[in-house]
Amino acid sequence: MIAGFSFHRLYALLDKESIQMRRDRITFGMMLGIPLLLLVLFGYAINNDPKHLPTALVTTSQDHYTRAMVTALEMTGYYHFNHIVESAEEAERLFEKGDVSFVVTIPSDFARRVQRNDHPRILIEADATDPSVASGAISTLGTVAAQALLREQPAAAEAAEAMQGQLEVIVHKRYNPEGITQYNVVPGLLGVILQMTMVMMTSMALTRELERGTMENLLSLPATPLEIMLGKILPYLIVGAVQVGVILVAAKLLFSVPFVGGLGLLLAGVLIFVLALVLLGYLISTMARTQMQAMQLAFFFFLPSILLSGFIFPFRGMPGWAQLVGELLPLTHFLRMVRAIMLKGATFDTVANHFGALLLFVFAFAGIALLRFRRTLD
Amino acid sequence: MDHVIDVRGMVKRYSGRAVVDHVSIKVAEGEISGFLGPNGSGKTTTIRMMCGLLTPDEGEGTVLGLDVRKDSRRIRSQVGYMTQRFSFYEDLSIEENLNFVARLYDLHPVRDHVRDTLEDLGLTARRRQLAGQLSGGWKQRLALAACVMHKPKLLLLDEPTAGVDPKARREFWDEIHERAAGGMTVLVSTHYMDEAERCHRIHYISHGTLLASGTVDEVVSEAALTTYVIEGPDLADVMAQLTGAPGVDQVAPFGTTLHVVGRDADLLGETIGKLATDGFTVRPGVTSLEDVFIQLMAEPRETAA
Repeated sequence: MIAGFSFHRLYALLDKESIQMRRDRITFGMMLGIPLLLLVLFGYAINNDPKHLPTALVTTSQDHYTRAMVTALEMTGYYHFNHIVESAEEAERLFEKGDVSFVVTIPSDFARRVQRNDHPRILIEADATDPSVASGAISTLGTVAAQALLREQPAAAEAAEAMQGQLEVIVHKRYNPEGITQYNVVPGLLGVILQMTMVMMTSMALTRELERGTMENLLSLPATPLEIMLGKILPYLIVGAVQVGVILVAAKLLFSVPFVGGLGLLLAGVLIFVLALVLLGYLISTMARTQMQAMQLAFFFFLPSILLSGFIFPFRGMPGWAQLVGELLPLTHFLRMVRAIMLKGATFDTVANHFGALLLFVFAFAGIALLRFRRTLD
Repeated sequence: MDHVIDVRGMVKRYSGRAVVDHVSIKVAEGEISGFLGPNGSGKTTTIRMMCGLLTPDEGEGTVLGLDVRKDSRRIRSQVGYMTQRFSFYEDLSIEENLNFVARLYDLHPVRDHVRDTLEDLGLTARRRQLAGQLSGGWKQRLALAACVMHKPKLLLLDEPTAGVDPKARREFWDEIHERAAGGMTVLVSTHYMDEAERCHRIHYISHGTLLASGTVDEVVSEAALTTYVIEGPDLADVMAQLTGAPGVDQVAPFGTTLHVVGRDADLLGETIGKLATDGFTVRPGVTSLEDVFIQLMAEPRETAA
């Protein structure tokens, strides 16, 4: 019976399909790997209420009132004082680089004013480029500081209580005072979109030749591996340039994202990032046998890039191992760089280490790809 | 340089199995050498080792006077290699494909080289057609054009005429002979016996081992086979009688005749003599190259069994 439904025919199809599935190792691995990866990443790494955020303390005195304040802030679990500097300029540099999320300034006359009950004040500046990072830390500030001082003056409880109303914690939200999410997300999207399109397009570079059977011919022609690699990736730099232009103009027109840094510096950074991406795609294409596998590998790299780079979830909120994985992704360094330049107006000195990290990826990807590329069909 | 190809003891293993097992081949300048053997016998692997696309596991030798192990890059740029599967860009036109190849070979001026090559192979009128839309014969012509454009001294052709109609095959071979007359050396692998007979010399490989080398006549006479041709009614019955009979190695129908081939002439003669001859004519036939190859193909299996 040809018409109608036949379980025999269905079985034939199922059997063939499952044989092909088992033969395609990468796909099979992805079927198990992706759910597991997602689970671990979401489960352990993501934390929307980041604690132990790096904080710089600007102070010149070491009196016990200052120490009490520092201890009180650390007790909240949000602040981790890992830089103690003496000048506001130094703190500013740390801020721009993204090395600290907060700068706490305790003025030199703080102790004297506490004793005199004369409006003691401290200044807490928060990096609000990612509004979600700072919100928890700021919201707990209210009573914490005053209570700390209360403990320091148990004898004069009354006086301290009177003072509680007088202690002034001034909070400055820097770079994005209104806490507009788009300011943080749109520059990040530049990186994410480039990551997705560039890697996927170039991951087909060699697999397409393999699948269409043109690889054997290409290998028999006198082109060196370096020439082939450059020939494959350079056209995509132009595609990337067009994308960058479109996104930047849209960021300005649609979202009014502030752009305080130098355009030339930003474009130089984007160029290095795109170069790293197309080389990563090319590297993938030296590993995949089919275009399908190349797509899957590109996706496999894309997922942690989104989750662990600090694009969606605060980088500082992740556990140490996840931050370590994040450091190995080009997108992480690009995000830091693009946010520093666009929102904080960072100069080259400040973002030089991000440039360096991206260049390292360029050379590493290019080197591995050239080593992996086989001049022969062995 | 007395031999354009002079390789000795070439071995290539895949997961421990020798696909090419100590093959030695010499090809003299200006010669058309046929490389024959059944599917999977190691022809393609051998050709790829000669042009530097595969590294031999063992063996040594020279191609165009260059060491096959050390100079594979230079060999690649000096030979013309035509792959078994059409491997030009189907989404590029004939002219664009040739432009690409000409630039990679650093031919200057590109335009003149491409124009002359198009002219030479009769592709000028179709130069703007996409390679993917060409029929088998024209694809093969494009592939040939691409591998002769840089005027290599040696052409390695891997089953160039598979899937090509007889007229296009004939023209292709005329082209090859013309080039050989001009001093180009050619090694061509094929399944077709008529093509083998158009070669100056042939090399027969089976299961990775070179079984015979020489001119067609040499190979046929060295095989020392005896052939009878039987003509008459009801040949199927005769065929059944002869299959497996003493001295009979092959029985094959050819139209209205039956070819009977054997290695032992006396034994075969005896068996043929015993046949009921009424209605049949039996005469000695000429052993063909195909008979020899079928014999050669059968032998390794017999010794293996």
